[in-house]
Amino acid sequence: MIAMQNITKSYEMGTQVVHALRGLDLNIQEGEFVAIMGPSGSGKSTLMNIIGCLDAPNSGTYTLDGIDVSHMTDDEQARIRNRRVGFVFQQFNLLSRTSALKQVALPLMYAGYGRSERMSRAAAALEAVGLGDRMDHRPDELSGGQQQRVAIARALATNPSIILADEPTGNLDTQSGEEILQIFKTLHEEKGITLIMITHDPEIAAAAERTIWIRDGVIQEEHQS
Amino acid sequence: MNLSESFLTALDSLIANKLRAALTMLGVIIGVAAVIALMSIGNGFSETITGEIQSFVTNLLTITTDGENSGGYLTLSNADIAALADSLNTPALADVSAMVTGNQEVVFSGNSSQTTVAGVTANYLAMNNLGEFQSGAGLTQQDLDIKARVAVLGSEAAPDLFETSYPVGQSVKINGVSYEVIGVLEESGSGFNNTDGNVFIPLTTAQSRLYSDRTRDGQKAVTIITAQAVSEEQTDAAIEQITETLRRQHDIIYAADDDFSIFSQSDLLETFDTITTTMTAFLGAIAGISLVVGGIGIMNIMLVSVTERTREIGIRKAVGALKRDILAQFLLESVFLSVLGGILGILLGWTISKVAGRLIDLNTVVSVSNVLLATGFASAVGLVFGIYPAWRAADLRPIEALRYE
Repeated sequence: MIAMQNITKSYEMGTQVVHALRGLDLNIQEGEFVAIMGPSGSGKSTLMNIIGCLDAPNSGTYTLDGIDVSHMTDDEQARIRNRRVGFVFQQFNLLSRTSALKQVALPLMYAGYGRSERMSRAAAALEAVGLGDRMDHRPDELSGGQQQRVAIARALATNPSIILADEPTGNLDTQSGEEILQIFKTLHEEKGITLIMITHDPEIAAAAERTIWIRDGVIQEEHQS
Repeated sequence: MNLSESFLTALDSLIANKLRAALTMLGVIIGVAAVIALMSIGNGFSETITGEIQSFVTNLLTITTDGENSGGYLTLSNADIAALADSLNTPALADVSAMVTGNQEVVFSGNSSQTTVAGVTANYLAMNNLGEFQSGAGLTQQDLDIKARVAVLGSEAAPDLFETSYPVGQSVKINGVSYEVIGVLEESGSGFNNTDGNVFIPLTTAQSRLYSDRTRDGQKAVTIITAQAVSEEQTDAAIEQITETLRRQHDIIYAADDDFSIFSQSDLLETFDTITTTMTAFLGAIAGISLVVGGIGIMNIMLVSVTERTREIGIRKAVGALKRDILAQFLLESVFLSVLGGILGILLGWTISKVAGRLIDLNTVVSVSNVLLATGFASAVGLVFGIYPAWRAADLRPIEALRYE
């Protein structure tokens, strides 16, 4: 499903050029649960952003579901993000002063669904993450764990085939983190969603079927559990 | 995403961020209101002044002593009036009147007021737009011939002295001598050079009883001679004839300067024109500054909200918004704020100008062009600074917009 060959990515930090990815190859099959680990600055977030079309590689080829996405226009990539990929960020990245229901309905709006269908699908997604009773709450009225669940519901709203999660439990206490992890596991097991997750926590990585270690912009080791 | 969805999104976003929306709109409102209020008050002033000038008789000439060349004496005399009235000397003049003035205490049974008492010729009042009477009548040539002790009161002088009682037929004391009131003038309505507080008595009476000034060669002096040209076109010819006649009267040698000055109402008109033009320009400058200040206010609030909004744009792009979706939303937000702010600004500016107009008794004029200018400028600033940061943010890769601090 995901096939990357010789991906490189560098960017400027002030006057310095940072080589985040240096010729990375990666293949991920449909329905896999993959954990990506590595020290800070190893390029794992950059990899995640490229997988999710939030960023583009400098060179190399990347095909998603057999489509070459590395040379798409901005708007074409926006459609990929909208239909095929769901993001969950460490900082939640919710819109301020906006109700949970509207947050989750947002990708559905950009996908072109009508208002009533948006609302019913968003409500269903919120029910699925256990926030059926918090639909009118805004981010500042929700706990960190609840905010992250809103973000997961948003990622699920358009029924994407891949969920990308960048340290989704990094800003949460242990209990909320476990709840979030449980939601991911359930999604993976019941719906067969492809799940790619960056984490520092070996326990969380242990829940994955496959763990990839990244160091200095290349894959250092992989092991199947 | 279609237009109505974009519109609802924009509206949603504004409602979710009421304070930011209100502050942005406040910039537009203040900019628009300030310009409209200032310009309308300025226009009101201009129109009032222009209106008063147009009520002047334009072929009227005023002749006074030229202080610099008179050696301290008044130079105009009764003999000069006679000379100017002679149509052999001044064929371009229709009529000539004169006045001698000073301040006197006027007393009526305990009430006294310090005011201008003017000795005038019989035709003076009519020539100077003071020919309307509330009651009684004006001075006659016979009053002048016999140096009658009679007085005509200006519309404000009468109530000062008589309060509620009927003045005509009563007598007032000026400098200890009684004068019979024979008439009270209507309000002259002119804010400029207002003579409503004056008391008018015959010129001859004034010269013998109040003002004993003489010219250098011993003639009885007058302060002002007013002369009316046959027509407006004849004004220049009249000035020339008056100058010639008076120089001959005063035996002024060829090389010497005039010992009198002649003003025409058209000179005055030009002066006022300059004043009103300058004032309009001045108010325009103030209005321009308020536009700039309002514009900067709009710009600031738009730019300040950019950090939060850049992240918002990043989030929207991450979940699939196209660049045009982002631009449509921000454009509509800005249009909405500018239009609503513009309308409120017009209402506020209009209200301020009406209230100010009532307070300072001025007919303020809100002109369409000022409304368009103010609203157009404020909207343009709102749009540019509302869309430009959004356009830049929408151009970023989503991950850069998300990381924006």
